[in-house]
Amino acid sequence: MAEVFSVDPMVLATILGMGLVTYFTRVAGLVIVRFFTIQGRARAALEAVPAAVLMAVIAPTILATGPAESLAALITLLVAFRLPLWAVVVVGVISVVALRSVFGLF
Amino acid sequence: MSEISGEMPLRDSDYIAGIKHIAPLLVAMVPISLVFGGLAAQKGLSPLEVGLMSAVVFAGGSQFVAIDFWASPVPWAAIVLSALLVNVRHILMSASLGLKTRHMGWGKQMIAYMFLADEIWALSEHRGRKQHLSFAFYMGLVTPFYLNWVLMTAFGALLGKMFVDLDPAQYGLDFAFPAIFIGLIVGFWKGKSTAMVLAASGAAAIITKTYVDGAWYIAAGAVAGMLVGAFTADPEEFKGALDRG
Repeated sequence: MAEVFSVDPMVLATILGMGLVTYFTRVAGLVIVRFFTIQGRARAALEAVPAAVLMAVIAPTILATGPAESLAALITLLVAFRLPLWAVVVVGVISVVALRSVFGLF
Repeated sequence: MSEISGEMPLRDSDYIAGIKHIAPLLVAMVPISLVFGGLAAQKGLSPLEVGLMSAVVFAGGSQFVAIDFWASPVPWAAIVLSALLVNVRHILMSASLGLKTRHMGWGKQMIAYMFLADEIWALSEHRGRKQHLSFAFYMGLVTPFYLNWVLMTAFGALLGKMFVDLDPAQYGLDFAFPAIFIGLIVGFWKGKSTAMVLAASGAAAIITKTYVDGAWYIAAGAVAGMLVGAFTADPEEFKGALDRG
């Protein structure tokens, strides 16, 4: 096993490369909206980003994994209109565990 | 768009508010962090190297992909390129959030956006919709989340194989992130136009994931949702929106 504090130069270079390209992606959009006027339909497209990205990230999990995940997502969605965010997470986690054990029986 | 109404809130209380908002996610992050550290240790990374990667990159998805590719000698070009592809969604995320953080100025934004992880971004967008998104609130989200990720991944590597077999799904913890994202989507709800954006994004993501390997499904869903958002918007609503820095 590698020593706790050992750092290989090649590993360090790889990490720095990953960090550099990741930082580029994190500030690129910031620079774009700062120097270009965003209005009309372009603005509407940008305002759709949060919902579109969040949905794209979770779609495979909530729609294409199994009935337990899809049902748990539906329950989570219903409580999300009423409860604070932390409670939504708790309900989601508990319902997926319960539903997985129910569907595991068949 | 967010508006600064009334008096500016106290900076330190905004910082605490940020910490409180991120708190539920910290618990769910611990097992994932330990698993990442354990997997990286199996590939031969030292705990310090794991901690450095988490501190410098701070993007879980691309780090898991990198460890998956890891070999000796390190295929650095493939790993750096895949980090770029996995993280390309950040460009859209920072463009969208950038409309709400202009008041911070360049210096603070350049610091803040180093830490633009999915969860930080989502909670910031949520905050910015209803009220002023301050630098203090943003850094309140970042501080515990960042320390948690860096320390727990390094700790996982120190423990080595102990947590590699830990399955977050067994405790439903894998569902914590979809659950919080569902909660956040509800916060972005603006009626029928949002429903259409969600339907387009979900359908495009699933179709793409079925036929294309890798993280392209996120970009595909995002673009589909944006197109629907652009073409279903009421043109009058956006006519006056002029934004130049």
